[in-house]
Amino acid sequence: MSFLIDSSIMITSQILFFGFGWLFFMRQLFKDYEVRQYVVQVIFSVTFAFSCTMFELIIFEILGVLNSSSRYFHWKLNLCVILLILVFLVPFYIGYFIVSNIRLLHKQRLLFSCLLWLTFMYFFWKLGDPFPILSPKHGILSIEQLISRVGVIGVTLMALLSGFGAVNCPYTYMSYFLRNVTDVDILALERRLLQTMDMIISKKKRMAMTRRTMFQKGEVHNKPSGFWGMIKSITTSAPGSENLNLIQQEVDALEELSRQLFLETADLHATKATINIVFDRVGKTDPVTRGIEITVNYLGIQFDVKFWSQHISFILVGIIIVTSIRGLLITLTKFFYAISSSKSSNVIVLLLAQIMGMYFVSSVLLIRMSMPLEYRTIITEVLGELQFNFYHRWFDVIFLVSALSSILFLYLAHKQAPEKHMTP
Amino acid sequence: MASLDRVKVLVLGDSGVGKSSLVHLLCQNQVLGNPSWTVGCSVDVRVHDYKEGTPVEKTYYIELWDVGGSVGSASSVKSTRAVFYNSINGIILVHDLTNKKSSQNLYRWSSEALNKDLVPTGVLVTNGEYDQEQFAENQIPLLVIGTKLDQIHETKRHEVLTRTAFLAEDFNAEEINLDCTNPRYLAAGSSNAVKLSRFFDKVIEKRYSLRDSNQIPGFPDRKRFWGGTLKGLHYD
Repeated sequence: MSFLIDSSIMITSQILFFGFGWLFFMRQLFKDYEVRQYVVQVIFSVTFAFSCTMFELIIFEILGVLNSSSRYFHWKLNLCVILLILVFLVPFYIGYFIVSNIRLLHKQRLLFSCLLWLTFMYFFWKLGDPFPILSPKHGILSIEQLISRVGVIGVTLMALLSGFGAVNCPYTYMSYFLRNVTDVDILALERRLLQTMDMIISKKKRMAMTRRTMFQKGEVHNKPSGFWGMIKSITTSAPGSENLNLIQQEVDALEELSRQLFLETADLHATKATINIVFDRVGKTDPVTRGIEITVNYLGIQFDVKFWSQHISFILVGIIIVTSIRGLLITLTKFFYAISSSKSSNVIVLLLAQIMGMYFVSSVLLIRMSMPLEYRTIITEVLGELQFNFYHRWFDVIFLVSALSSILFLYLAHKQAPEKHMTP
Repeated sequence: MASLDRVKVLVLGDSGVGKSSLVHLLCQNQVLGNPSWTVGCSVDVRVHDYKEGTPVEKTYYIELWDVGGSVGSASSVKSTRAVFYNSINGIILVHDLTNKKSSQNLYRWSSEALNKDLVPTGVLVTNGEYDQEQFAENQIPLLVIGTKLDQIHETKRHEVLTRTAFLAEDFNAEEINLDCTNPRYLAAGSSNAVKLSRFFDKVIEKRYSLRDSNQIPGFPDRKRFWGGTLKGLHYD
């Protein structure tokens, strides 16, 4: 009986998470695009729902809610489903949508997406060989095999992102402060941009006029396309055509310049906006710190350690979970806006769903470290005999590597464009 | 030859609707072979004969400014784009017939471009929603173009075209629906070509105030005016 009640609680919460994922997808990610394939939205929401359920189960573990056997059952069930989604469903659909974007392979979409999926599975399996993840007792198609590989990818991803974020964040803020952008700079850059556009326009006017006179005289302008086209154009070319090609080359160079100027202007505007935001924020602390300050100051020194440890660990784990989910969603949204277009939006959302799922699975692996001993048992039980220490060491290694390479990368990028950072 | 008069027309719309293909088709009468993302703004020039076939025929340069980007960009990107919205004489609003969101976003695009003149600091204070009054007093000629017509199935065509007719009415503009990969939609003498050259003529007139000063601007005037022009055009 209690099992039924527990299951219904779990299912209700899963439906809630599903609804939240659906809304997030519609309102945030896809607010400028039209959802033509509802499959994508469903998959994204389902991945989100099951990922959040895992965290919910951890919290229930700490709080001692629900029957322990039903908790164990739901853990196993949840894990199976999420592994199925991450290893079978999402990669297949990613392959399917990539293939449907390519016009040539349109007719045999299913065949090619199956091929892609098989390639993915092959590399996925090969990934686990060099790592000492498992004890050799287990069979080949067990949960432990799958989750160990998913865990490796997810942990690598998390470490890469954390390393890069740890280095990039202070760097960007520092550079914003040091640059001290004024309105005059922005106006000067905009004027240069408009001057470049004027130059492009005058050249294009010449081209348009030349083309018109050529058309009226009956000549035809052949753009040199392909190898034979270029050879033909050397031997027989009307003077009008030659002229056009020359001007076209100049125009191409100018257009490249205008693009760069546009990007620099956008960068300056962004800097100006950020400085405003950062300066407004200085002096305020976030609510958690203030809450702790108040508690410490006003509630006295009498501290029942045993009583508080459960609650503090719950709060800590909860905070870690909530901030990492929120941070991930914000980063995903920014990333999505930056690189998606109407053609590739489906593929990118599915990739993001895949990353999100793997990230959450590996968060569960890593969060085991932050939990007190008595709560770790369930994770150890469910996930089997994984070498958890390996994951922590792997995370540290990748974090260091990522941070160092980000430093190197930013240093090189900084050297390439020193004039941007010099104040006049 | 470079001393012809010029007018500036903006081409606005969501990413991927086909603005670059459209501009290429309009200016070079050729289909764009390798469309790629537009970063910043790309300009092309069309040579247009104002009042073709009449004694007052004159040639003008029409600059088509194709501004890339998405209407939901950060405000810093919008402020950067705003530098292209100076002294525009006409706006072509492009939407994708297979994508309803792109049609809805046209309201926000037109607000972004038209509001540029109202706020001197270049910062947009509206939230981009449709304002009927703003379009009523708008003096800049608008044209609505729907692309990817070939991808609409025959059965759905009527429904889509009804929707776009309402859209064009909201903007108080003409509308053209075509496929940018097929030059025959803009072949000389077709109704689309007529609408297009009518639009460009209107833009030129507004810019250079070529109307007689004794004509009262308004609907009956337009009928009388265009009735005279149509006789001059050739039909095959």
